[in-house]
Amino acid sequence: MNLLTAQAPVRVPSSGKGLALGIWRLVMVALVVMLSLGFTQVAVAQADPDLEMSTAAPGITADQWRQVRSGEVGPNFRDSRHESTYNLINASGETWRILRNRWVSPFGLIAIVGMAAVITLFYFVVGRKHLDEPRTGRKLFRWSLLMRSLHWTVATLFITLALTGLNLLYGKFVFRSLFGDAFWAWMISASKVLHNYLGPIFGILLIVLLLSLLKDNIPKKHDWVWFKKAGGLTGKHHPDAGFANGGEKAWYWLLATAGIVVIASGFVLDFPNFNQSRDTMQWANIIHAVGALGLTAVALGHIYIGTVGTEGSLEAMTTGYVDETWAKEHHNLWYEEVKGQAISEEELAARKSGDHSEPSASRPS
Amino acid sequence: MAQMKFMCDAERCIECNGCVTACKNANDVEWGIQRRRVVTLNDGEASEMSISVACMHCDDAPCMAVCPTDCFYKTDDGIVLHDKDLCIGCGYCLYACPFGAPQFPQQNAFGERGKMDKCTFCAGGPADSKEEEYQKYGSNRIAEGKLPLCAEMCSTKALLAGDAQDVADIFRQRVVHRGHPDGAWSNNPQASADNLAYDATRKG
Repeated sequence: MNLLTAQAPVRVPSSGKGLALGIWRLVMVALVVMLSLGFTQVAVAQADPDLEMSTAAPGITADQWRQVRSGEVGPNFRDSRHESTYNLINASGETWRILRNRWVSPFGLIAIVGMAAVITLFYFVVGRKHLDEPRTGRKLFRWSLLMRSLHWTVATLFITLALTGLNLLYGKFVFRSLFGDAFWAWMISASKVLHNYLGPIFGILLIVLLLSLLKDNIPKKHDWVWFKKAGGLTGKHHPDAGFANGGEKAWYWLLATAGIVVIASGFVLDFPNFNQSRDTMQWANIIHAVGALGLTAVALGHIYIGTVGTEGSLEAMTTGYVDETWAKEHHNLWYEEVKGQAISEEELAARKSGDHSEPSASRPS
Repeated sequence: MAQMKFMCDAERCIECNGCVTACKNANDVEWGIQRRRVVTLNDGEASEMSISVACMHCDDAPCMAVCPTDCFYKTDDGIVLHDKDLCIGCGYCLYACPFGAPQFPQQNAFGERGKMDKCTFCAGGPADSKEEEYQKYGSNRIAEGKLPLCAEMCSTKALLAGDAQDVADIFRQRVVHRGHPDGAWSNNPQASADNLAYDATRKG
């Protein structure tokens, strides 16, 4: 290009001859610039689009979109949002949605409603488990006031957490249309607050409860026999059982495993201030929901057996004392160990009205 | 009825963050919340690309499907809005959202989430008065016959907002003009004439 000519110095000399030369140069330079501009325009008009494309910045390729879709984040990923830890596409979000909405929700409902139905059916077909022998009227001490308080606190918290949790999962299908937005807003908000604040208390107390019951729930050989006889449902005789029978131990170990998993995953969800990732919380949520729904279903069985299902069971956890007959039938091995400590109802009344001290060592150690 | 959609042309986005600023300004969004973000992949490499993301107002919105309070709803224009009076800050919409759109102010103890905030397509939200609407959700430009400010102010017109058909038409024209070997998005041979990524120059 002769554009370089434009760089020639354009001075205005002092002499007349020099002035004429200067003007001549100026005219020439202007001419050259105009001509070169004209040629350039022609050149642009005749540009080859393929040539342009080959020198332009590369377009977005399918590989780049695949990278986006995978959720993969390279070292040169930038996000303009303050403290954002998110990739461009949350690829696991859809997995979480399907797991929650298509699997956990329906099957959780089936588990709980199914369990309730089976228990109801069992009650109407088989009925309550009555004591085979009449009561002797002599009482055995089974649960201390501390253990009873701990049990009922944990039970109340469990029921509250179960109801609020179920409301968080299923409530919108029932209560929003039933009560209207204003009440529903209060109801679901209260559910979340109760669930989030009572959850940690439940977690700590359940661990205390589990630790204090550990000694009584070590699996023994006779527990296996207990399960083979389905806890006495088959056959005429009660299978052997110590302080805790096979079923109670199963419930204990279910709480000690699944319960701990539910508590741990609950903590992950409850305290999002530890920078745990969105993916971590998705999995914590699925584990929490599956575990909690399962525990709720089994808890219905525990509640049934402990209340209307078995004669003489509930009083153990309300008064702390059980009848000798109940102990002999349901916990024969424990009965053999503590039968010498049985007291009459008069003695019991005296013990309750008088000094409030309760016997401390009534359990096998 | 219109089906409102955003679309960001990644070949045009220059990562100027004008959309982010416009959004903050139009909606007076709370401190710490940024409804729109610009993501850059492979920053500094030859394959660098940027894209502006916010709520994409999905047809089958995952947030809507998983919300325990059912606080989301879709307007006649296909805009996904939510009722902050019903929101309990559980975070499920964030777990499910493909675009990381929902955000939560965290001013309570233990990182407890406040009421969710996200892009409203500048369409406000449910409230009793205009003032309350602005305070809770930001401006309602749609009610004034205007499109979202982020797209309106985009300097390269990378970010498009409007009815899905219009946005698709504009983008299709660009694809045709570019003569891109694979239609800019994919080399799917099944691409139909109505496909946003259809490459008219190559596939006949």
